[in-house]
Amino acid sequence: MERNPMRRQLQTMRKSLFDQGYLDDQFVQLEELQDDANPNFVEEVVTLYYRDSGRIILNIEQALERKTFDFNKLDAYMHQFKGSSSSIGAKKVKAESTLFREYCRSRNGEGCMRTFQQLKKEYATLRRKLEAYFQLARQAGPVETACRPK
Amino acid sequence: MEAAAAADVLPSGSSQELHVLAVDDSYVDRKVIEKLLKISSCKVTAVESGARALQFLGLDGEKGSLGFDGLKVNLIMTDYSMPGMTGYELLKKIKRSSAFREIPVVIMSSENILTRIDSCLEEGAEEFLVKPVKLSDVRRLMKDCVMRGETEGNNAGRRVDKRKFEDDNHTSSLSSSSSLTPSPPSTTAPFGGDVATSELVSSSPPHSSKRAKLHDGD
Repeated sequence: MERNPMRRQLQTMRKSLFDQGYLDDQFVQLEELQDDANPNFVEEVVTLYYRDSGRIILNIEQALERKTFDFNKLDAYMHQFKGSSSSIGAKKVKAESTLFREYCRSRNGEGCMRTFQQLKKEYATLRRKLEAYFQLARQAGPVETACRPK
Repeated sequence: MEAAAAADVLPSGSSQELHVLAVDDSYVDRKVIEKLLKISSCKVTAVESGARALQFLGLDGEKGSLGFDGLKVNLIMTDYSMPGMTGYELLKKIKRSSAFREIPVVIMSSENILTRIDSCLEEGAEEFLVKPVKLSDVRRLMKDCVMRGETEGNNAGRRVDKRKFEDDNHTSSLSSSSSLTPSPPSTTAPFGGDVATSELVSSSPPHSSKRAKLHDGD
């Protein structure tokens, strides 16, 4: 009985992540891979994502500190970052990545820097929201997952 | 109609799971593809690079046509953009090896570029999947792979035609396709990938229209 309000809160949180455009269908795809054998699969993937993407962000930051930008390198980093972001369904972050790559291709340093600031904001927001979500999920206890279509 | 998992479609009496070698430099993607394949009842070996993949297959100079642990590889799924050896380069190496050319290779890419798709299919890739890869993609692959394996004996003609086409072209311009040359007009239709494969394979199987799965927007 106690868990129900938590689960309701969890559902509301989850819904708003989608409604507000932070997450897309790929996140749902990951949820469908979660089962009793791997009840924390989504959180594990997202944790891997933080590690992976955190490293790339650092690399980009360093690259943007140079006097002249190596746009090919920046584009390559962002391609990696975008890929991982796409794999977990990070919709807003992915959109900023796309924009960044467009600025790389048009050799627009200003655009890159501006977009990167925005991207970091989105990334931080998503991370905060997801951490809160998973924390609540753990507190709410294991939820019966919908049956995966056979 | 749901696509069956590999274990359901295998001929009765066979207890073999498909063994898939997955190649991707991204940790996140490796973890996801591994899970997608395990859920589809496959054995998975996930490696981070083309070089590692070749090592696993024993194509790096070591002898033997089995993987390290003696498991035959039934399918290779590789990311396209990887540092060092790209998925395309890995595909070429595999298709040019007598021991492994029969193993179906699937290319995965986040970039939906027609010339890239065409090049991969021309080089012998079975499918070109746009990332992120979904469970339905994997299930469809399992079905296709197993169906192909089952009918290999009596429908060998279908596959031989495709191989012949590739053999004829191996010595010609395909080897210079490290820069992606534009495809001939007939393959630049909206579903260029489909047209390309129906030219390669004389009798196209019904699923060939899904060969290059194109997504909107990137």
